[in-house]
Amino acid sequence: MHRLYPLLILAVLILVGCFSSPASSTTSASAPANLDFSTTRLSEAGRYRVSFTSELNPIAINRLHTWTLHVETPDGAPVENAVIQVHGDMPEHRHGMPTAPKVTQYLGDGNYRVEGMRFQMGGWWEVVFEIEANGEKDRVVFNLLLR
Amino acid sequence: MQRSATRNARLFLLMVGAAMALLLAAGAIAFLTDSPRWSVDEVALLRSLALDALEPLPPDPSNRVADHPGAAALGERLFFDARFSANGAVSCASCHMPERYFTDGRPFGVGVGVIPLNTMTLVGAAYSPWFTWDGKADSQWAQALLPLENAVEHGGDRTFYAHLIAEHYAAEYEALFGPLPDLSRFPRRAGPVDDPDAAAAWGAMTPEEQDAINRIFANMGKALAAYQRTLLPKPARFDRYVASLGDDGRPSRPGVLSEDEIAGLRIFIGKGQCINCHNGPRFTNDAFHNTGVPAAPGYPVHRGRIDGVAIVQSDLFNCLGPYSDAAPEACTALRFIVTEGDTLPGAMKTPTLRNVAETGPYMHTGQFATLAEVIEHYNAGGGFALIGHNELHQPLNLTPTEAKQLEAFLHTLTEEP
Repeated sequence: MHRLYPLLILAVLILVGCFSSPASSTTSASAPANLDFSTTRLSEAGRYRVSFTSELNPIAINRLHTWTLHVETPDGAPVENAVIQVHGDMPEHRHGMPTAPKVTQYLGDGNYRVEGMRFQMGGWWEVVFEIEANGEKDRVVFNLLLR
Repeated sequence: MQRSATRNARLFLLMVGAAMALLLAAGAIAFLTDSPRWSVDEVALLRSLALDALEPLPPDPSNRVADHPGAAALGERLFFDARFSANGAVSCASCHMPERYFTDGRPFGVGVGVIPLNTMTLVGAAYSPWFTWDGKADSQWAQALLPLENAVEHGGDRTFYAHLIAEHYAAEYEALFGPLPDLSRFPRRAGPVDDPDAAAAWGAMTPEEQDAINRIFANMGKALAAYQRTLLPKPARFDRYVASLGDDGRPSRPGVLSEDEIAGLRIFIGKGQCINCHNGPRFTNDAFHNTGVPAAPGYPVHRGRIDGVAIVQSDLFNCLGPYSDAAPEACTALRFIVTEGDTLPGAMKTPTLRNVAETGPYMHTGQFATLAEVIEHYNAGGGFALIGHNELHQPLNLTPTEAKQLEAFLHTLTEEP
């Protein structure tokens, strides 16, 4: 009989899957399951280790707010004088942010002030930073799941 | 081996059947003993929509008198004063009727002429970073000046209004803004408007004279905005329902909303995806979206946000302009404005849904007479965009019953007496 337990569990799982209310997964219905929501990530080509903090925590929708972006090399040296572009997208929808945020100030120690952040929808967001320092370009993407 | 597999498959089906029966029984018990309960996440979402979650009105740094009671009192009188129109018959309240939540019940506004746009409500509008359907103004006072100069709205011009202020409201004006200049040397009708005589008279004035008039005109707008900032949303039955919800997801008092209205609310935050744009306690994200709403028959397609961006950036009365009271850093709407991208053409501002059942017809030119038509538009996945692209992906597949439930829910957003 114990050999049948996996079958029973499978049957229940299938049924729960069929019966679960769509309302219970309002905002994250089709975001990939394995999204990395870390606030520190290595850039795509591995040139920079980048992290962000938001003055609004948790990040709420419809609120203009400021982030601080920290950029360093993989071995921990702060990256100075970087030129940084930022934009956000909702991969499940056909639009991005309602604002065009900007890096407005270098704060020292590899920290950059990012003003004009605003999200107008709950759900999965990608916030992309294109970073260029000392002639080397790279990009980093942060995932957010907002309510 | 094969027999064993067949037996296992049979047993599997049996298990599925048993589990299904168990679930159905559990569902039936839940249905009989309880109205649907909300999950912890859903309760949090519902509370984010309730008026209790509305933050205090943010300051308007571009308007020094935004929260001055005297300015609001002057603004209120100006708002209802039909002398401030070319034909002496049109006031702000001609379209923004207080008894209709500051809308007019018509597809198009009617001023001196016909305005081919639907009148937006003013209730709670002060919270938005952008004003009008395409966001062509970045403050409520800059917005207030647009209809005054528009040939089909109030149909006046800047010296016309300055003379009226001096003749009828000099004491109130001067108490707020300082002495009025001697206006006797100014033409009766002059301003950068469509009327060629008024435009020529304006062109003949010196920059200093134009500046003196512009200042009076801007201050009028600031008083009108101070009044409009007092028009805030009031609690609706929906808010009472959310207030009655305990952390266990059940209302402490039954019957605040009917079962159909609750079902509609569930669709609103779920299958209907309405909450994507109609979020927060005003049920709007204050952003611009294109859902392929058809053009009004016989009228050109509105270009939406792409035009609004160009107008607000060059507006003399914007937050960065000479008549604003704000430091440039405080002009956040303009500093972080989105000026390009394929989401701008045809995009219109998400309207609030508070009092929506009483503020039809709907959409930017009143294309839809009823909420049922609006829901049908979204149920079909929006329409074919004649300019830009429709942001919506696919039909919602709401059944006729679900569409009716959603409509029933929208009626619970009307403020209670």
